[in-house]
Amino acid sequence: MTASPGAVGTQSVPPGGRPDGTPGREPGRGPEGRSGGRPGGRRLTGPLGAVVRAGVGRHRVRTVVMTLTVLVAVTASVLAAGLLVASDAPFDRAFAGQHGAHLAGQFDGTKVTGAQLAATARLTGVTAAAGPFPTVPARPRTTTDGGTDGGNLPPDIDLPPLTVVGRADPGGPVDHVTLLTGRWATGPGQIVLDAGADGVPSLPLGAGLRFPGLAGSPTLTVVGTARSVSHTADAWVVPAQIPALTATGTTAGYQMLYRFAAAATDGQITAGRAAIASAVPPGALTGAQSYLAVRQTANANSAAFVPFVAAFGVLGLAMSALIIGIVVSGAVGAATRRIGILKSLGFTPAQVVRAYLGQALIPASVGVVLGVLGGNLLAVPVLREQADAYGSTAPSIPVWVDIAVAAAALAVVAGAALAPALRAGRLSTVEAISAGRAPRAGHGRPVARLTGRMPVPRALGIGLAHPFARPARSAVLAAAVGFGAIGVTFAVGLGISLGDIQAAGNRDAVGPVTVFTMGPPDRENAGPPGPRAGGGPPAAPAPALGAPDPTATAPDPTAVAAAITAQPGTRHFYGRTEAQVSVTGITGATTVAAYQGDSSWAAYQMISGTWFSGPGQAVVGTRFLHAAGIRVGDTVTATDQGHSVRLRIVGEALDLHNDGMTLLTDISTLTGLGLDARPDEFHVDLKPGTDLAGYIRTLDTAVAPIGASAQATTTGSSDVIATMEALIAMLTLGLSVVAALGVLNTVVLDTRERAHDLGVLKALGMTPRQTVGMVIASIAGLGAVAGLVGVPVGIALHHAVVPMMGHAVGTGIPHADIAVYHPGVVVPLALGGLVIAVAGALLPASWAARTRATVALRTE
Amino acid sequence: MMEIRDVTKKYAGGTAALADLSLTVRAGEALAVLGPSGSGKSTLLNMIAGLDRPSTGSITVDGVRVDALSEAASAKYRRARIGMVFQFFNLLDDLTVFDNVLLPAQLAGMPRAKARARAAELLDYLGLRRHTHAYPGRLSGGERQRVAVARALINRPALLLADEPTGALDRASGVEVTRLLTELHEDGQTILLVTHDVALAESCASRTIELVDGAITRDVTAAAR
Repeated sequence: MTASPGAVGTQSVPPGGRPDGTPGREPGRGPEGRSGGRPGGRRLTGPLGAVVRAGVGRHRVRTVVMTLTVLVAVTASVLAAGLLVASDAPFDRAFAGQHGAHLAGQFDGTKVTGAQLAATARLTGVTAAAGPFPTVPARPRTTTDGGTDGGNLPPDIDLPPLTVVGRADPGGPVDHVTLLTGRWATGPGQIVLDAGADGVPSLPLGAGLRFPGLAGSPTLTVVGTARSVSHTADAWVVPAQIPALTATGTTAGYQMLYRFAAAATDGQITAGRAAIASAVPPGALTGAQSYLAVRQTANANSAAFVPFVAAFGVLGLAMSALIIGIVVSGAVGAATRRIGILKSLGFTPAQVVRAYLGQALIPASVGVVLGVLGGNLLAVPVLREQADAYGSTAPSIPVWVDIAVAAAALAVVAGAALAPALRAGRLSTVEAISAGRAPRAGHGRPVARLTGRMPVPRALGIGLAHPFARPARSAVLAAAVGFGAIGVTFAVGLGISLGDIQAAGNRDAVGPVTVFTMGPPDRENAGPPGPRAGGGPPAAPAPALGAPDPTATAPDPTAVAAAITAQPGTRHFYGRTEAQVSVTGITGATTVAAYQGDSSWAAYQMISGTWFSGPGQAVVGTRFLHAAGIRVGDTVTATDQGHSVRLRIVGEALDLHNDGMTLLTDISTLTGLGLDARPDEFHVDLKPGTDLAGYIRTLDTAVAPIGASAQATTTGSSDVIATMEALIAMLTLGLSVVAALGVLNTVVLDTRERAHDLGVLKALGMTPRQTVGMVIASIAGLGAVAGLVGVPVGIALHHAVVPMMGHAVGTGIPHADIAVYHPGVVVPLALGGLVIAVAGALLPASWAARTRATVALRTE
Repeated sequence: MMEIRDVTKKYAGGTAALADLSLTVRAGEALAVLGPSGSGKSTLLNMIAGLDRPSTGSITVDGVRVDALSEAASAKYRRARIGMVFQFFNLLDDLTVFDNVLLPAQLAGMPRAKARARAAELLDYLGLRRHTHAYPGRLSGGERQRVAVARALINRPALLLADEPTGALDRASGVEVTRLLTELHEDGQTILLVTHDVALAESCASRTIELVDGAITRDVTAAAR
């Protein structure tokens, strides 16, 4: 069989010659032709090197398949391992440097004394504590007092409420706050802002902040900016300043910061919190923030990549092992005679083994290098976000990760290639030479008889029986295709889930029509949302951040609602507005999304509990629950400038806005807090069959005189999800291509092994089309079976990974976003293995069809 | 029945396997092509079978211009009009004797019952009935070649091409196959036999030509011998 795919090359090595026939060194002479060494030596020079180079260089399909499969596997593995290790690094470094607080406890100042709190520092398990520090929520407004304006912000703009903590200095045993600019507050009238906290405005030193809702409307001057990695406050003042910032009729709370001996898990933090709660009077501990929640928020986006990229990495590595095993095994099987020739020339079994390992490891090494580069490059945009958060340079994947993954990948490749290489080394020289071509396995004859009697065209029947002639190779190939099918199934489900989650993320703007009473917001460039006009004292309303026209007269929402109701085609609608308030247990301002009217039709996807149905109820995201340390059914207290409202959490929703920290509730909550409770936008759903453009045009005409405008609803998209989808598509394509190339290589091998039979069949009248059909059929059955097995496994993988991704970003995932494999999705996916197999077999099938019978018949 | 006109076949490098060869074969004739190795015998057979194409000239078999056929048409031509017997049998090891014989009929789309009946008939005729479900590897050389003949005849070809049919057989088996080909010829089967075995040619051919360097150097009918 002269066309056997060569060998340890396509050419045998003549004594004293190179595979290309040019004069070479004799076996037994060194690279420079010196005698004395063993044939080939240990390096890839001399005859051994020539054999390996010929094997790698002449078998391009085989080399490309091995390189690509390793490339995809290593790229995904480096990315997954790198993100896992590197994404936490900036936070962990900064947290360690500041002796960050494992738990920031917030206490009701009316129920506990400073002395009682100080005693908690000596509780078992507490290794360090700081405080108690007095703390209050306070809502500032920009000012020109003090001769300095508010930087980029115009004067008299209401800002979100700040959690202000009274601390004499930034140091201490816990939460060693880093001063970034200016200095620490040394006396009353001074304030230091946390530069890293969401919702805290960026103001220059010397800017004034007035607190109009407090007695005497105190004004403080910004004297410094600082950063607390533990995020224990939005701003700091000297303790003596706190009374002046405390609303009349209320009492300042206390903050205590703790470090624990064991704080690696949520359970350990919860235990520490419980110990503290039991050491103070009942109800005194009103909230506690775990550093794990803060870290999760900081690293959420990159952490979310880890589960699915890791899954692709594992799939890729498994597929690499299988395909490389097939490739090397096939090379050995096809080159039996050449191995015999090499041995007869003086190659030792060890040299033959090394020759085959080398042929696998050289392309694998190229794949490893390219994969490491690819993984590091893909990590850059994901990790850059962490760098921005801590003002450091972008973290990169540690070199040890690159080395470890590369070593693991090469070990997998070597392991996969070792068995067939050892088989090559053990082949008997005489038997190998006399074999002439790959020995017939002799398997599959009953199946061949069976397919001969099946009511299918004979060419297809012959093809269907082929896999049974080499059952081991077929099983491994089916497994490789199966991994491809798993990858495709997993990726498709992941894409659907991400799409659904993205759609669920747009639940703040439901319905095809939105009516703005204050002009549409600039979603891209708006600053932190603040209470709109009326957030301050009713007599002197101040414009909010992001308000389009401070001088405009706000339209009457009642009139807007009436116009919507009167508009033909209106099905139902609700009004919505947002405000910033303080919530017990949450550091900084909390966004309240307040709904007016029936919003049940626009409810968020619920993870547990129900959508709110009336005043005094609220729905929050998972991250809010974790941050506040509460569960569905618990109660939180929202406060603003001396007003407070107790809200029972009735549901946990999928909400990724504002880091999942929004409080969704009835608009009466704002009324109870003394805030303006007028919707600034209405979301409208239309009756079926209503002309959207006509509806908007008519409604806009109707509400324009009131000062409102009607527009088609626009929804935003998440860059993170878009990046994930792009990465998923890329990795899936890579896996599919690798699986198809594995099929291609195997079919090429099979076709060459059967070249003589192919010639006979052509001589007997098999047409090119029948030849293509036969080759395709030889792999289609495997692909179909692999697809059928791969789909349920892919679904199981999806069901395991998606909740892990949700956990990484601090949210549960609604069942509806996990159960995405409907029959319309599953049926095409079940054909995925078939598609991969057929795609991989098409090219060699066409090669087989073009092979001339006379050439094939000479293949003896 | 078969007409070859001015056929030349050159391979890369300019070597001519056949040089301006012309030949006519009548229906029912058994033509033996003799010649030393490299004389162009197999090239001639391959071109008649449509497995190879001449560089120049034309080949017409049973009214079909073989040299002008596409790959697919060439395959269909072989199914319908040609039966081939090879020196090394070229049976498919994974198929039983019966399935090997049946194969060309199945490729041609012959109705199942008809094909099976024809295969059984041929196996009976050739004395292979007891080997129907055996695999080729268990048969003797002569038996394998008889299976190959049965396979070649299943579609009732107009022309039977035999390439050194006794070349791989022991003497007894060779005699057996020679007798078979003679009987086929006597039954009216047109045969083109490529061989370097003069005795085989004289036994079963009604006409003999000799090729040397791609050209006919001798053309003798049996009567003239």
